Amino acid sequence: MPVRHDKGIPIWRRRTTARQWGVWGLWLLGTAIFVYCWQLISDKTIWMFVWDAPTQAADLANRMSPPKWGYMAELWRPLWDTLNIATLGTLLAILLAVPVAFCAARNTTPSALLVRPLALFIIVGSRSINSLIWALMLVTILGPGVFAGVIAIGLRSVGFVAKLLYEAIEEIDPGQVEAITATGANGPQRVAYGIVPQILPAFAGISVFRWDINIRESTVLGLVGAGGIGLQLDASISTLAWTQVSLILLVILATVVVSEWVSATIRHAMI
Amino acid sequence: MSAATATRAWKRPALISNPRWRWAIWIGAGVYLAFAFGTLEINWGRLQEGLPRGQRFLASFFPPDFGSRADSILDGILESLWMTVTSTVIGVLISIPVGLGAARNLAPRPIYLLCRGVVAIARTFPEVILAIFFVKLFGFGPFAGFLALSVGTVGFYAKLLAEDIEDMDPVPPEAVLATGASWFQWLNYAVQPQVIPRMIGLAVYRLDINFRESAVVGIVGGGGIGATLLTAFDRYEFDSAAAILLIIIAIVMAVEYSSGFVRRWVQ
Repeated sequence: MPVRHDKGIPIWRRRTTARQWGVWGLWLLGTAIFVYCWQLISDKTIWMFVWDAPTQAADLANRMSPPKWGYMAELWRPLWDTLNIATLGTLLAILLAVPVAFCAARNTTPSALLVRPLALFIIVGSRSINSLIWALMLVTILGPGVFAGVIAIGLRSVGFVAKLLYEAIEEIDPGQVEAITATGANGPQRVAYGIVPQILPAFAGISVFRWDINIRESTVLGLVGAGGIGLQLDASISTLAWTQVSLILLVILATVVVSEWVSATIRHAMI
Repeated sequence: MSAATATRAWKRPALISNPRWRWAIWIGAGVYLAFAFGTLEINWGRLQEGLPRGQRFLASFFPPDFGSRADSILDGILESLWMTVTSTVIGVLISIPVGLGAARNLAPRPIYLLCRGVVAIARTFPEVILAIFFVKLFGFGPFAGFLALSVGTVGFYAKLLAEDIEDMDPVPPEAVLATGASWFQWLNYAVQPQVIPRMIGLAVYRLDINFRESAVVGIVGGGGIGATLLTAFDRYEFDSAAAILLIIIAIVMAVEYSSGFVRRWVQ
């Protein structure tokens, strides 16, 4: 226990002197990095615009209210498209992620030397590229529209679902698999009866969780032309139709809240 | 073994045990899928046309060209990194009071509701939408992106911090309180040690998320590598775009590996 001696009386301290200096050093380093980065950003900022922001914000809020409720009639279809992009994209991701996850998990991979690094690279590659950037690429290949959005969401979600799923596979209880093996089961039977029942709840939870995230992400895919309500948002902003923008934002808010509630209810019902 | 047992075969228990619910969900899913695919409007003609073009497109990604746009790529990446660091730091700093306020076992009811409201608002909109508005208000450049990422960080970090505080072991706080500690001492010696390992891990994770998001706020004018990437796409310089994407993947991988080390070191 680290103590400090004050006139011979030991007094408790939280850290030893060396540790305390180490903590201070880390704080100093962190602060220095932050200040340096901040200065670089500050150099690139036109501060006159920033000080002007409250006026701009008041002006914008003025122009955005009241929301143009009549525009709602034109939003149902994009909203349905947004829902489809998220749901079908999640389904696509699940289909692709299951084999990737089994290849990436240390205890089920066919080859730890060749297949596993490849699966891990797929996971990292898919995760590091945002769905908006996937959409940007896919719109060029597939043309603008909902389909590009579905594929973009799917490709982005593969990494997420596969990563969580392979971690779940690695954490299974090996005793059950051993017991199934002892009955004379072959490879696929081992997976179907020994592994799948153990990861099924986690799998369902991950899928619903990702669906919830995808609803949120699919609302902006339209900004690059990949369908959904983002198209309307982009068009309204470009034409400075601010009352439409505020209605779209309200619709997005409502959708996100509902999807979060649905996902929480489903996960609660399963666990 | 009698004939009676031979006809009685074991069946795997279903995920949803109630058969009525199970069938309702399957049929509902089927109907939904039929409708969804019906309105998907896949233009197969366009797709067929697009496939060879897609092939050419993919081919033009290779080999990635790091050289000819090296200056602007480096500029963009650095700007993204500054935005990532500053927004994570500021976001986490703001998250600490908000997260403390949003923990039910710590804050009085009105403060709890206020802080939960802040978290909910910060979480709702994707960073890109926030960035659109911050660009309108604060002008083009990394400052708008920095603000968007900071708000996103608050929504993410304050929520998880509050949940972590709500889940903490209540015994040490009570013991520290019994020694006559002040509120700040109590926070420093009883609450903080319980949540800090996970919180450092989450901060590093958020750093990783912010870097990835910094690549998209640029698409709407928020500074960072996204602007460079969009320019590369708009000019059909796909080899430069491929180089940017590879750099993003490499940095994300590096952050992910180092975050693993940090987490092991903290715990």
